[in-house]
Amino acid sequence: MSEETLTAETTKGVSGGRPTHDEHGHITDFGYVKIFVILAVITAVEVVWSYVNVPSYVFIPILFLMMLVKFYLVAAEFMHLKYDIKLFSMLFVTGLVLAGGVYLIFLSASQIWQSF
Amino acid sequence: MAIIENPLELESGDVVRVAERPLGVLTRPSGNTGWQSWLFTVDHKRIGIMYGAFAMFFFLIGGLEALAIRLQLAVPNGKILSPETYNQVFTMHGVTMIFLVIMPLAAAFANYLLPLQLGARDVAFPRMNALSLWVFLAGGIFLCSSLFIGGWFENVPNGGWFNYAPNSGTLFSPTKGIDFYAIGLQILGIASLVSAINLIVTTLNMRAEGMSLMRMPVLSWMLLVVQFLLLFALPVITVALFLLMFDRLWGANFFNVEMGADPLLWQHLFWIFGHPEVYILILPSFGIISEVIPVFSRKPIFGYSFMVGSGIAIGFLGWGVWAHHMFVSGIGPISVAAFSVSTMMIAVPTGVKILNWVATMWGGRIQLTTAMLFAVGVVSMFTIGGLSGVTHAASAADTQQTDTYYIVAHFHYVIFGGALLGIFSGFYFWWPKMFGYKLNETWGKWNFWLQIVGFNLTFGPMHILGLQGMSRRIDSYDPGYGFELWNMVSSIGSFVIFAGVFIFLINVFVSKRQAEHLPPVGPDPWDARSLEWMTASPTPEHNFDTEIVIDSLDHFWHQKYGYDDDGNVVRIAYAEDVAHDGSATNVHLPSPSYWPIVLASGFPFVGYGLIYNYWLCAIGGFLIVGAIFGWVFEHPDDPDAAHGHHDDHGDDDGHDGHEVDEGTTENAEADLVTADSATDAGEASDG
Amino acid sequence: MAEAVLDHADAHDAHDAHEGHVHKTNTGMSNNKLAMWVFLGSECLLFGGLISTYLLYRHNIQDGPGPSEEFFDIPFTSASSFVLLMSSLTMVLAHSAAERGDQKRLKIWLLSTALLGSVFVSGQIYEFTVFVREGLGWSTSPFSSAFYALTGFHGVHVTIGIIMLLSTFISTLRGRMHPGNAETVEIVGLYWHFVDIVWVFIFTVIYLAA
Ligand SMILES: [Cu+2]
Repeated sequence: MSEETLTAETTKGVSGGRPTHDEHGHITDFGYVKIFVILAVITAVEVVWSYVNVPSYVFIPILFLMMLVKFYLVAAEFMHLKYDIKLFSMLFVTGLVLAGGVYLIFLSASQIWQSF
Repeated sequence: MAIIENPLELESGDVVRVAERPLGVLTRPSGNTGWQSWLFTVDHKRIGIMYGAFAMFFFLIGGLEALAIRLQLAVPNGKILSPETYNQVFTMHGVTMIFLVIMPLAAAFANYLLPLQLGARDVAFPRMNALSLWVFLAGGIFLCSSLFIGGWFENVPNGGWFNYAPNSGTLFSPTKGIDFYAIGLQILGIASLVSAINLIVTTLNMRAEGMSLMRMPVLSWMLLVVQFLLLFALPVITVALFLLMFDRLWGANFFNVEMGADPLLWQHLFWIFGHPEVYILILPSFGIISEVIPVFSRKPIFGYSFMVGSGIAIGFLGWGVWAHHMFVSGIGPISVAAFSVSTMMIAVPTGVKILNWVATMWGGRIQLTTAMLFAVGVVSMFTIGGLSGVTHAASAADTQQTDTYYIVAHFHYVIFGGALLGIFSGFYFWWPKMFGYKLNETWGKWNFWLQIVGFNLTFGPMHILGLQGMSRRIDSYDPGYGFELWNMVSSIGSFVIFAGVFIFLINVFVSKRQAEHLPPVGPDPWDARSLEWMTASPTPEHNFDTEIVIDSLDHFWHQKYGYDDDGNVVRIAYAEDVAHDGSATNVHLPSPSYWPIVLASGFPFVGYGLIYNYWLCAIGGFLIVGAIFGWVFEHPDDPDAAHGHHDDHGDDDGHDGHEVDEGTTENAEADLVTADSATDAGEASDG
Repeated sequence: MAEAVLDHADAHDAHDAHEGHVHKTNTGMSNNKLAMWVFLGSECLLFGGLISTYLLYRHNIQDGPGPSEEFFDIPFTSASSFVLLMSSLTMVLAHSAAERGDQKRLKIWLLSTALLGSVFVSGQIYEFTVFVREGLGWSTSPFSSAFYALTGFHGVHVTIGIIMLLSTFISTLRGRMHPGNAETVEIVGLYWHFVDIVWVFIFTVIYLAA
């Protein structure tokens, strides 16, 4: 992150300032629709899965797995994290990891997992 | 001379004419003289100075509260404060000193110095910067108004700064005090969060050319870490405060033990925030002395990358230790053991820092200026505080120490001995940069010695009192437990501190008077190393005359010093030769704005409204929403501001000539870039 | 309230300060977009705290109803989750239209995103009234307080998003939007998608895992 910023500002002006715009082209509108369809299908499967009678140690992990896939697709594709600079992903992942870390520790210390 | 192109400037194709007459009635504030130039400013330096000034005002309030506590405890069975008032006073002392003094004082340095040290023109969002300042002030006034609203000491927060549940519920705290706490801290949290986002973006995006992250001064690094801590820690306490507010105002059940609620929920949320908060308080001071010590040891900082790395490590580790505040609250042996170990680990990066400061001084040509004395004071006093901290990382020992004066001693060594002394070091060090004159060294030494002696007299004996079993937060003690002597010593010490602080205030005025008869201090009175010294003192409004290109750590120092054939350091230039004289007039700066202060003024109304009468919320909401609309329709740059009072440029079609309709942008943008190159003068030449 | 103002501040800075486009920044990204990502990092801990509170009190239902398949109307909530998901699609289409400079589609997609968001919020309000009728009041139990606090916070976020979308829509009508300003749409979109993924999480944790 640090070194690449040293490039001298040789091309001052409109052309120099928009490194991301080409990359947005990675997804077409049709591509977005495809991702949406995947998301919709997963949601449907989730809902059906919630009616299936399986023990909770099978039910919960698979449910959360599907949730994580949805989460990833929206963040990576709709929010462009996959195509934007890594710093954005780092910021977001730091927030997620910190939140996950401290709150999971807090919940474990409060012994809530038996209730699942 | 290159014309400065800077991210702050007017974006090309988007000159909004509405902007010049907010709401169609008021004209945009302009100029940089008089009280308006402070109230509506978006200049990071003025904002920084105001942060400092307001924080010093709250410092006096918090200090008076401390003196009241010490008067009460000076002799057994003190009669100065009733038990109820005592609770209120120690609570307000803690909350004031943490949220209204140390944090804003750190914000003062962050605002003033960060853009300068990074070689930037201003922060990324100047108006949001002003917003942070005014929201902080609004929150501070709101919180302190609890002292007299509804009668003197009737509705003051009284649950301690960590305000444990269920004591904070309406059942046990029926006055409005805790409501003031919950809402006041939320308002202050908004200020800090806005400021954190702003400064993070500034640091990541606005650095001068060549200023890679690993060339940033240690202070900039520590401030960046602090902003990240604020960013991630504030939402946690925001949740806790919201839940508390819901409980108290609208009968929710988050902390209602009658309904089987878990009082540890508050403790966890509070301390998940609370421990990073400790580093939020201390790291700015670490940064300050990391600037001061090398300058007055005539050596570069020892182990720069370790200094940076240990700061980051402290920031990260600080997230995994919060339950050391809860060792006796019944969290179970596994949690206690895990948090005990993680807490001890924090001593490692902290130790690295202390060793690096010592190694920086080692073999240096030390100049014991007041700034340096305070910095050395931090190193030694913080070491004591850190060591007593390790003793409560050990959970068995902590079980004995919890809620005794030993804890009070520990955190005052850390927060007063660490954070506050560092901030005083910063005052003495950067005063000439901020105001153009040095603080008097003789008064300064009196200031230092009184403060450090008073500090040790006040808080040193508390270690003993705590180990003797004296509980904190109890308004009186009976004679015969052996508490009398040390309490008296401690109370005397607190007045010595007060004298020290008083001398600081005198020093400010005396030095200003004396400065009239002294030659100007010049850009670089201390022969220092970082970029803020590379421009005139006091800093001109536009910071630097030209864009600086950084080629190394301590860039400025390397402009002044080189090596001769034998490898010895020799001076190659004087500061006056390489520093900017602040004479540039062709710099376009962001324009002042009414909206930040208007927006901020809405918050106390919302706060009082929630407590007393919802109609006040409507007024507050109107102010906030109205200000947001005004803000939106106002361009960050007022095109008119560049005109009227500057004759030093001939190209009067600057930005104004380019109103761009949709669709024609690309050309217009290209035009505008050219227009920008003949940039209009901002307010710079007025100053 | 706090959140509300911050979101506004962010979004509106997005409207008026487009610094990053023309001038260089160290990351090559505009200040506005970076600020939004920084802010979203912070929001993770806000919602994390509320979700943890909910998990802590999930079974503390006192005499009131609790989280169960019978109590929740899963088909209804699934439908409103689908609506919110769909709004993410229209949002992203709005952004892509903005980048192409396609004014007409930009307006259509912005408006439909706001509409879908409103449908979601209306659904939530309807759901709340049903729950209250069934005996789950705000003060009924720690569970009820935590449930309403979490979903309510999310609903407020959606509402703020709708206001941001409508403001953006109005500024397109006033001709202030042009391809150079596509980033405004993108930043509003980031916020909108974030609110959506928070719902993805909440929907799973509260409703499906019940
Ligand atoms: Cu701690």
